[in-house]
Amino acid sequence: MNKKSTKSGLFSTLIGKKMLMGITGLFLITFLMVHCGINMLIFANDGGVLFNKGAEFMGTNPLIRIMEIVLFLGIIAHIVDALVLTLANKKSRSVKYAHEKPNANSKWYSRWMGLLGTLILMFLIMHLNHFWIVTRFTDHIAHSELDKLPGQETMFEEMKEIFENPLIVLLYVASMVSLAYHLLHGFQSAFQTMGWNHPKYTPAIKKTGFWFSVIISVLFAIMPIAMHLGIIK
Amino acid sequence: MKFNLKIWRQKNAQVAGKMVDYVIDNINADMSFLEMMDVLNEELIRKGDEPVAFDHDCREGICGMCSMHINGRPHGPLRGTTTCQLYMRNFTDGETIYIEPFRADAFPIIRDLAVDRSAFDRIMQVGGFISVNTGQVQDANNIPVNKADADLAMDAASCIGCGACVAACKNASASLFVSAKISQYALLPQGRIEAKERVLAMVNQMDDEGFGSCTNTGACEAECPKGISLTNIARMNREYYSASIS
Ligand code: HEM
Ligand code: SF4
Ligand code: FES
Repeated sequence: MNKKSTKSGLFSTLIGKKMLMGITGLFLITFLMVHCGINMLIFANDGGVLFNKGAEFMGTNPLIRIMEIVLFLGIIAHIVDALVLTLANKKSRSVKYAHEKPNANSKWYSRWMGLLGTLILMFLIMHLNHFWIVTRFTDHIAHSELDKLPGQETMFEEMKEIFENPLIVLLYVASMVSLAYHLLHGFQSAFQTMGWNHPKYTPAIKKTGFWFSVIISVLFAIMPIAMHLGIIK
Repeated sequence: MKFNLKIWRQKNAQVAGKMVDYVIDNINADMSFLEMMDVLNEELIRKGDEPVAFDHDCREGICGMCSMHINGRPHGPLRGTTTCQLYMRNFTDGETIYIEPFRADAFPIIRDLAVDRSAFDRIMQVGGFISVNTGQVQDANNIPVNKADADLAMDAASCIGCGACVAACKNASASLFVSAKISQYALLPQGRIEAKERVLAMVNQMDDEGFGSCTNTGACEAECPKGISLTNIARMNREYYSASIS
């Protein structure tokens, strides 16, 4: 070879940076699974007893507390990397086509990942404000019905209260639509990014990705709806 | 057949260009798209106007020279074809046809529809080869090659370097081209020897040329006249990761 590579290090090139996108994306997917699993405890419909236990475990277990920090770092890395790559990509074609037929060769949600991600980010800010801030930075939330002090609420009661507002329910449901489309592209895309493309397994990965995106988003979306309608008491 | 043409005219890379309208009549349905352009240019020359510059060479779908972004897609509306293999019967009489150059900052416009794709050549120069000492011609079967790998390498090698993948990609990424070139060597024992240096050099050069990064939209694969598969991009990524951490 007559030229030594000019840059070195895994993340020095766009492919390397994209790998970080894939890793953090897959990590966020595992987080979604855990989060959805715990939240499903509301469907026990026991007045939130089981759910509050789950919420207490997530709020106090030291391993989970460490993972919470890793999660924040993961989301930040995902977002910063998304920004860096999107800006680099925007620079690669300064004169646009006068006439384009992008739907002839790709899916709209594959092309609008940045927008879908931004909608998810806006949701995350609202969502953290609803639940995470009150647990971490106020003493408004009691671990369970039993050790509730005057003026305190359990996580379950907090949820019921917030989802009384139909506008908030609507925003949550709409955000889950963004999540569904982000994952519809993202799930299989992350495997491709990581280089895991194989004629034997890729069709199964794509199918899993499709159903995962649909199911996880629908599950998340029916939680605020069910709470709002009083189906969950 | 009659067509309303909207064609990008630009004198050179330094001045701005614009879309210009032309009407062309009496076009035979069995003319190729390039022949239609030839007829237009004859007319322009007869009128004393500048003919439209466009690239072409083999006119049989093997050289990769013909380019053009036609009606919103590289090489026009058909899948798996180059512009020279596109015929006017693939359009409807009276249709408006937009004709633009392949657009990417890494492919500067030379004139009108002709763009400079030498960025691809420079990527090839840093690693798109194997180093062998010349001498006696070796027996072709000296080094056994697994048939499945040979087929995949052959598929990758069918890339004609046309640049449609770059033109179609919303990021103007050259990933499909570069991955095809990396794969055609990486899959064969002769290419393994320099595989690590090759992938590092070519991936770096791809960035240096100003191509964007891959977001796996699949537009390149859909528009590639030679059906180069996205699996090559996954292979390039694997090769790059292992080369850069080892
Ligand atoms: C729970 C939240 C999220 C999950 C589970 C998630 C998941 C993913 C996955 C799996 C990918 C595919 C990675 C790859 O192609 O290698 C991805 C890509 C991406 N994500 Fe996210 N993401 C989330 C939040 C966000 C946020 C908040 C943003 C932006 C503000 C964002 C922006 C992007 C962008 C721009 C891409 C790249 C898309 C592409 O290359 O086509 N994501 N995400
Ligand atoms: S990969 Fe396909 S579209 Fe890209 S340069 Fe090669 S032949 Fe052309
Ligand atoms: S002119 Fe050679 S491929 Fe079209």
